[in-house]
Amino acid sequence: MSQQVTLTIDGHQVTVPAGTTVLQAAETLGIEIPHLCYHPALTPPAVCRLCVVEWEGARTLVPACVAQVRDGAVVRTHSERVLRARRTILELLHSAVDLSEAPDALAYGQALGVDPQRFADGERRHFPVYEDNPFYVRDYAKCVLCWRCVEACGDDMQFTYALSLGERGFHTHIATFFDAPMPETTCVFCGNCVGVCPTGALKSLEEHLLEQGIPPEHLSAEKRRRPPLEGNRE
Amino acid sequence: MTASADRPTWQAIPGYEAHLLRRVGQVDPTSLADYEAHGGYRALRAALEMTPAEIIEMVKASGLVGRGGAAFPTGIKWESAARQPVTPRYVVCNADESEPGTFKDRVLMEGDPFAIVEAMTIAAYAVGAEQGYIYVRGEFRAAYERLANAVAAAREAGYLGKRVLGSDFSFDIELRRGAGAYVCGEETALFESIEGKRGMPRQKPPFPTERGLFGRPTVINNVETFANVPHIVLNGPDWFRRIGPPDAPGPKLFCVSGAVERPGVYEGPMSVTLRQLVEVCGGMRPGRKIQAVLVGGAAGTFVPAEHLDTPVSFEALRAIGASLGSGAVLVVDDSVDMLEVVERITRFFAHESCGKCYPCQLGTQRQWEIVRRWQAGHHRPDDAERLQDIAHAMREASICGLGQTAASALMSVLPRMVTRFEGGNHVSASDADH
Repeated sequence: MSQQVTLTIDGHQVTVPAGTTVLQAAETLGIEIPHLCYHPALTPPAVCRLCVVEWEGARTLVPACVAQVRDGAVVRTHSERVLRARRTILELLHSAVDLSEAPDALAYGQALGVDPQRFADGERRHFPVYEDNPFYVRDYAKCVLCWRCVEACGDDMQFTYALSLGERGFHTHIATFFDAPMPETTCVFCGNCVGVCPTGALKSLEEHLLEQGIPPEHLSAEKRRRPPLEGNRE
Repeated sequence: MTASADRPTWQAIPGYEAHLLRRVGQVDPTSLADYEAHGGYRALRAALEMTPAEIIEMVKASGLVGRGGAAFPTGIKWESAARQPVTPRYVVCNADESEPGTFKDRVLMEGDPFAIVEAMTIAAYAVGAEQGYIYVRGEFRAAYERLANAVAAAREAGYLGKRVLGSDFSFDIELRRGAGAYVCGEETALFESIEGKRGMPRQKPPFPTERGLFGRPTVINNVETFANVPHIVLNGPDWFRRIGPPDAPGPKLFCVSGAVERPGVYEGPMSVTLRQLVEVCGGMRPGRKIQAVLVGGAAGTFVPAEHLDTPVSFEALRAIGASLGSGAVLVVDDSVDMLEVVERITRFFAHESCGKCYPCQLGTQRQWEIVRRWQAGHHRPDDAERLQDIAHAMREASICGLGQTAASALMSVLPRMVTRFEGGNHVSASDADH
């Protein structure tokens, strides 16, 4: 890992250790590359594709979160080819998902001049709000499918594997085994998934109740009215 | 050699000798003895007399490129896997033939299954693999049974297993059946599926030759690619290069379907033109004229009738913005409403997208919705521009070939689709919301 690699990013030469990602190398130059699914504590799933950059000689754009630097590489992080893809991805996301509590996505959209209504004629993803346990709620209408919760629940943090993916394509969603209520899964309510969620799709029950207008002094009583962990097993 | 009227036919293009299809219909596909009587396993015996490096050099020199669609040089793939210091290494046969309009691998697997087993064994010897997998499309019951029988018979006879034919080389093959997902024909999604995971593609690099099945160096080739290998080993790379144009050597299977008289699998050099392929099939059905040819399947592009004299070599097709892909040649006649074909293709991609990366997960759905709305007679002035942006995002930013090609067919007819709506049927953005 002591080997150094020199590459060009947006016309600037930068020398970084081998194994560095383009995202990290750009950061050392003060160049920000947008990203939604990437989280420094988790294995990058490279699914959001917002961090794609132009890599001279590559057939397609490459995701900066996982692309490792190479000697002599020439990378452009904000070419029109790149920006057009990022804009469209964000516009598509707006058309399917409620991004009102996704500050990063909103900020990127503003910077890129995204029209949130551009694909508004398309079908949105609708889900019920799952309030099936005393600790947190799941509102998948706000879910961007960044996989962070799945990874935090699995190999990257908790090794609990309560979360996975259901269905596919546009209808892909975060799911439990056979869509069982959370108390019936292997979930240990560690809260790591809530901690890494970037869009407000996962939220502590207290936060959810406060947003519903429940006064703070009534929180405990309100929480007691929720199904207890064992209660769902009947 | 022709099949009955209700089944696709398979044959060489007239004036051209069949190699890949030579035994199909001639040999008993369930009999190892009959395979041997038709020249089977001569190539493996010859290969075992050579060094692995010599075989790799031979395949490289032949110019064989992958027949699954991506056209990557086979010898370079083998060499790259063989160079990896890591073991075990794997050889995988991609028999998940799912591209709409493609049915060549099925003919090979059902008609000459031992050839695939023999070729995989040669590949395993060349790259130092001890275990192989054949991932067969779930719907291909007969192909699966023929291959399973071939693997068992080969093992029984010492062509597979410990110390193949008394050599120091050991290799065995397991079969896996797909469960119907198109994306599992993508090589890394196929690995995930074999590993028992949800069939979704991986980000490349790392490439399979470095970290493939179970994270180990893996050679994965298409059925037809493997089928070429015994011929190269027996006849040499120069023989192979004498077939077809210089940039596309070797025999190729074409799956011609649609409005032709005799749809089927045809073997020939890649110097043939699309028009010749139609003629080989007995031409168009009576009274029909060619509207366009879908080359490369759902992931391919429509080639308009004026380009029918284009040879199907990689260079020639690239020059007109097309790609042979897996060898599907679907002939669309003038009675067909192209909008219906395009709706079917976009619906296919929306249905088959695995949902992993955003451009494909969302883009395939939106492009299908727009085309479906066209079918209902509603068009928005910004549809073309929006579809082009979706196509750009999918082509440039999707993880795998599914998303990267999901807009190809639609884009190839977009100008025609748009002119169709000129002068009427426009709806405002707000009307189109409903």
